[in-house]
This record gives sequence, C-alpha cells and structure tokens, in this order.
Amino acid sequence: MYVYDEHDRQMAAERVAQFRDQTERALAGELAEDEFLPLRLQNGLYVQRLAPMLRICVPYGMMRSDQLRRLARITRDYDKGYAHFTTRQNVQLNWPALEDVPDILAELAEVEMHANQTSGNCIRNTTTDQFSGVQSDEIADPRPYCEIIRQWSTFHPEFAFLPRKFKVAVNASEQTDRAAIQVHDIGLQMVRNEAGDLGFRVHVGGGLGRTPMVGPVIRDFLPELDLLTYLEAVLRVYNRYGRRDNKFKARIKILVKALTPEGFAEKVEAEWQHIKESPTRLTPEAIQRIQGYFTEPDYAAIDNATDLLASQRFENRGFDQWLTHNVDTHKKAGYAIVSLTMKKTGTPPGDVSDKQLEQIADLADEFSFGEIRVTHQQNVVLADVRQDRLFELWQAITPMGFGTANLNTLTDVICCPGGDYCALANAKSIPVAEAIQRQFDDLDYLYDLGNIDLNISGCMNACGHHHVGNIGVLGVDKKGQEFYQISLGGSSHHDASIGKILGPSFARDEMPKVISKIIDVYVDKRTEEETFLDTYRRVGIDPFKERVYA
Amino acid sequence: MPNVISPDGSIRQDNWVVVPRPAEGESLDIPADQPALIPADLWLAGYEHFTGRQEIGVWFDSHDEPEILDGRVNELPVIAVNFPKFSDGRGYSIGRLLRERFGYKNELRAIGDVLLDQLQFMKRCGFDAYVLRADKDINKAARCLNFFSQGYQAATDTEIPLFRRRAS
Ligand code: HEM
Ligand code: SF4
Repeated sequence: MYVYDEHDRQMAAERVAQFRDQTERALAGELAEDEFLPLRLQNGLYVQRLAPMLRICVPYGMMRSDQLRRLARITRDYDKGYAHFTTRQNVQLNWPALEDVPDILAELAEVEMHANQTSGNCIRNTTTDQFSGVQSDEIADPRPYCEIIRQWSTFHPEFAFLPRKFKVAVNASEQTDRAAIQVHDIGLQMVRNEAGDLGFRVHVGGGLGRTPMVGPVIRDFLPELDLLTYLEAVLRVYNRYGRRDNKFKARIKILVKALTPEGFAEKVEAEWQHIKESPTRLTPEAIQRIQGYFTEPDYAAIDNATDLLASQRFENRGFDQWLTHNVDTHKKAGYAIVSLTMKKTGTPPGDVSDKQLEQIADLADEFSFGEIRVTHQQNVVLADVRQDRLFELWQAITPMGFGTANLNTLTDVICCPGGDYCALANAKSIPVAEAIQRQFDDLDYLYDLGNIDLNISGCMNACGHHHVGNIGVLGVDKKGQEFYQISLGGSSHHDASIGKILGPSFARDEMPKVISKIIDVYVDKRTEEETFLDTYRRVGIDPFKERVYA
Repeated sequence: MPNVISPDGSIRQDNWVVVPRPAEGESLDIPADQPALIPADLWLAGYEHFTGRQEIGVWFDSHDEPEILDGRVNELPVIAVNFPKFSDGRGYSIGRLLRERFGYKNELRAIGDVLLDQLQFMKRCGFDAYVLRADKDINKAARCLNFFSQGYQAATDTEIPLFRRRAS
C-alpha cells in the first residue's frame, strides 16, 4: 500500500493548517457562506439541513488496520459512534460539528488519511476494482496508476473550480468491471496493444444523476506514459468549455454529447499535442517507484487447501454457502479473497459502528496482512486470507454480522442513506432495502436466482446507483408522499447500460410484493443458464410490465 | 487606485484602469491620463493604433479565448484575466495558456472576484499580480499565497512535477 514520504506528509499538514485558518475565518464572519462552501466541500464537509456530513477519502478503497482504528476513534470522539461506507469507496460520518472538523482532519493526517476533494467541483477520489492485485485475470495492478492520478489531481491549481464534480475510475480486469468505469466522467480500462505495451482505453462522459449516460470511448489506446498529459488535456477542455450556466447541464457528459464523442475527442487530441511531451509525461522510473509500494505481501509458499476445505464444507452447510458466495479465487496458491458483507438485514447497507471498525481492523491484522479494501457495493474485502484459515475466519465473522452469504445476490443491496439521513431525499431508502431483504430471506432461493444487482437511491442524485441496477429503485415525491419508481435492465459492468423505467411508481408497502412479481417473471421466463439481466435483455420489459401492473 | 498584490505578498499601488466593454454602438472610453486595460479583442481590432503602447494593456473575460493573441502577447505590458465569480475556474486555464503556450513574459493580473483562498492557485497558474476584492483583508494575502510549500503537479510556477523531482 502507498506510504507517505516527507513531501506527502508536508502537504497533508499544510492542508490541515490551511483549513483550520479557513474555518476560523468562516466562523469569524470573514468568509461569506458561498465563499466558504467550496473550501469546506473540498475538505469533505457537506452541510445540509439535518446534519453536516464529513466524507473521508479512502484512496481507491485501500485502508490499513491502524487507519480503521483511528476512524473508529474519530466516530466515537466526534460523532455518534458509527460510519458509513459509500458507493465511491469512501467513508462518511454523519454528525461532526463544523468547528471540530480541522481537528478531525489533523487526526486523519496523522495516519496518512484526509478528506481532500471528496466533494465539490473538483477531481474526486479515483476508484478501482477491490480485487486489484490479487485476481489472476488483470492486465496489471491498477492501484499504482490510481495513486499517480491521486497525486496529480490533489490540489491541482488549474482544476479546483471545474464546472462540476469530476470522477475517474480505473479497471484492469478483462472479464469483469467492478469499478463501474463506464458511468464515470473518465473511465480507464487497462489494455495491452498488439505490441504488448500497456495502456488505457479511455471512456469519457459517463455518469449517473439526472441525465444518466454510459461513457463513450474517445481513445482506444493511450500509452501508460501519456496518462497524465492526456488527463490534463481532457480536464482543460472540460474546464474551458463545460457549461457553467446551468448546474444540471454542467457535467462533462453534456459537453461530450453536445460536441459528439468524435468532436470532443478531436478537441482533446489538439490540446494534447501541445502538452504531450511536457515534463508531466510519466517516466518508467516514476511508475516503477509507485509500483514499489504495491508489491506482494509476504505470502507463504503453500498449496491450495483443497481437501481441507472440502471436508470442512461437507461438515458445515453454512460454511459451504459462504465459501461459494463470499470467497473468491486468489492468484496465489493457498490464498483466497474474502468479502465481508455489510448487508445484514436490519442494519442500513454500508453502516458500521466504531466497534465493528475495530473488529475489522483486528480481522485484517489477524488474517490479511493488516489491510482491507472498501468496495463500491459497500462491503469490505480481506484480500489475502490463507485458505487453511478460512473456517476460523468464518467462525469469527459470523457473530459479528459480516458473514451473511449473500454477496452479489438480490439482498446485497446498494443503498444510499435516503430520507433517514439526507435532506435532499424524496423518500427513505433504507426501509425499502430492509423490507426486500426480509421478503427474500431464504438463501437457497436467493442462490437459485443468481447474481442480481438491486440498487436504491432516495432521489435523482443517484447516490445508490439506481440507474445501473439490474433492478433500480428511485424514491420520488408524489404530492408530498413517498413513492418508488422501478427501472429494469441497468448494468455497471463491461456491458454497461442504463435501466429502463417500468411504469408508474409504488407506495413503500407495495415494494416487496412488486419486487417478488418481477422476480417471478424472471423465474418463469429464464432458460437454464440465464441471469436476470440476460433474461431481461432477451424478453424485454413488457412481460414484467404486464405482471406488475396486472 | 488599486492595491496590487505580488506573488510574495507585498502590496503596491498603481493606476491601471479596467475599461469595460462598450455597449453596442459606443466606443471605448480610454482615460487620457491613466494606463488602461481594454478588452483583448478590441485591442486586436485596433492593433495599428494600440500596439507598442506601454500604457495600453488588455483583459480577457473568463469565456474569452486567449488564442486570439497567439504570437503577439509580448507586445503587451499587462494582460489581465477577469474572474467574474471566484468559483469560475476558466481563468486558471487562460493563465497557463498565456504563459506556457504563448510564452507571455510580462505582468499577468487577476481581476474581478479575486479572494484570498484562490490566490495560491492563481500564482501557480502564472498570475503575478492580484487585485483583491476590496472587502477582503489584504494583509492576509501573504499567508494565503503560501499555504503550500510545493505542489504535486507541474504548472506555470514549477516546470518539473514532484514525481520527477523525487526520482532525482
Ligand atoms: C446524507 C448524505 C448525502 C448527501 C447529502 C448526498 C448528496 C449528493 C448529491 C447532492 C449528489 C449529486 C449531486 C452531484 O452531482 O454532485 C450526490 C451524488 C452521489 N452520491 Fe451522495 N449524498 C449523500 C450520501 C451518499 C452516500 C452515503 C453515498 C454512497 C452510498 C453517496 C454516493 C454518491 C454517488 C456515487 C454520487 C454520484 C452519482 C453520479 O455519478 O452522479 N452519497 N450525493
Ligand atoms: S440519492 Fe438523494 S437521498 Fe440518497 S443520499 Fe443521495 S442525495 Fe440523499
């Protein structure tokens, strides 16, 4: 994992001092509300009607156990003793006091953490696949590139006041896209060209929110050394020509659409020609230096524990289910990737208490070289667990509530905080997630249904990624009443697509029944091998409509 | 007379006047006894008349294209860039283009909604004169220009990004 050197430490400390000064000036009335706004947003502090919220950056989702423990302490000392994992691999606190935030940031800086650029119209945290570096089918480990982008984008003097927020995601696996890159402002897919050189396929202009779009490809192959100069060209074109007259039309996706992807690409190429050979061009040594932080941990030379696991599975059905669903293949013999699910029915998806944060830290130390990853599905990954210790781990996490064997199933819901916490909400989202989880509590039935992404947002801002859920749920306001609109057929993976609205919306108490009807249509219509999404794509939306509105 | 802040935070006064864009059918109202900044496109339109004059500079608005002065920037003693609202970040790109692409060497002045917390970004993007909004405390400028002792990226003030400095 990346470790700060004296430069990083110095800038982190300077940033805290700067924000302390800014906060003091704001409290003293020297900074008007609208002048302080972008400053605090770029330090993670979002103030809304019900409560302020502090979004803490977890660069590309990686955290060490000491950082988790510090987070736990911060939630206890400054908040109500819990935190929330977000869909952008970050952590959110819901009730910090404004005047405490500089102290919180100082505590974070001590463990090499920060809240820089987690809100506001700037370049946000770069996200990636939570299985980076431990899966066997990746082109290369994407994390060094994410770190390179993090450093380049941090306090970038030209791009601190963009028309709108800007999110970059990197994916390295050929088979899967766990980072949802095609619904980001820039999505970078690692590829090799015919000569075997490493580079990126560049998508620009994806995004969710009010105008959901899948990002078109504007460059098929960008050599790795050109990464930063090209990003700088994209950002410069956006900074200069993105719309600033209308907040809802200010994302880069609108500019790409207005210019057409080809027209936009031409503008970027023209800009890039000027800066391509500038000192911002990466060097092999600079990349290697960062790669040096993401080396393999000290793996033991061991074989796969195939026989042991077989007998443990045979004796214990719960373990068997968990192994099948929540444990993934590791590139190293004898190791496994474990997802801890934060989706126990009855707790809001992604919520963790201070105690749980400490438990996760202990588990990381005990089982996975002291590191964890946060996923955009709001779960936590222990990436390097010895297979011969899986049973022990499973026994430890079950009472903690992290062992629900529902990863990627219908009840592994992505859900925003919604009306319970968020002033912008049209409707609550957590109770809907819970009602659906209660309706589908039979694990065997869930397994039979296979992978289904169910995503819930409480309003158009789409924090819960509802557009790209196979089943998406959106809270809407109908004459002051909370209603829910359903969309079908979304995907955030390589086959990314935006879901289609099913029809008129439903009251909350109807939701479990409606979801059941949708699932029934799938069960009736599917062929042997089809996932929910396959069936939907084959039969279309009509059979679902007919059943639900019958 | 505007107070003008330098990159080191020191303060001086000068008497450059920003001449607004004239309304349709009106002509430029250039003061007789003071140096003046006029809209860049109008300077170009009256090139024969204006070029080489040390008391005439230009200003760009945030949506203007600095490309129009490519090849001529160093004929100007002062170029100003207007930040109509501090949150409009286009001026930073204009600054870098003028310096890094068109090789502008003379004074680059930030005008408009210029506040304390944006000064260091401006400095990094090539601005070397700042006219702070009148209600802000000019004595805090020196501190705000120097919150950070370095940056990660290359920009006008640092040609070499940190990743190259680290390597050497
Ligand atoms: C209660 C606290 C929250 C508030 C007030 C809030 C507010 C917002 C707003 C206003 C936007 C859209 C506006 C924009 O485009 O910038 C947004 C976008 C987003 N939020 Fe939240 N949010 C909250 C919590 C969360 C949480 C907990 C998550 C993770 C589950 C999350 C994930 C996201 C994501 C991923 C987007 C971007 C969607 C896109 O690509 O357009 N937010 N949020
Ligand atoms: S989607 Fe809407 S309701 Fe949900 S957290 Fe985001 S802003 Fe709040």
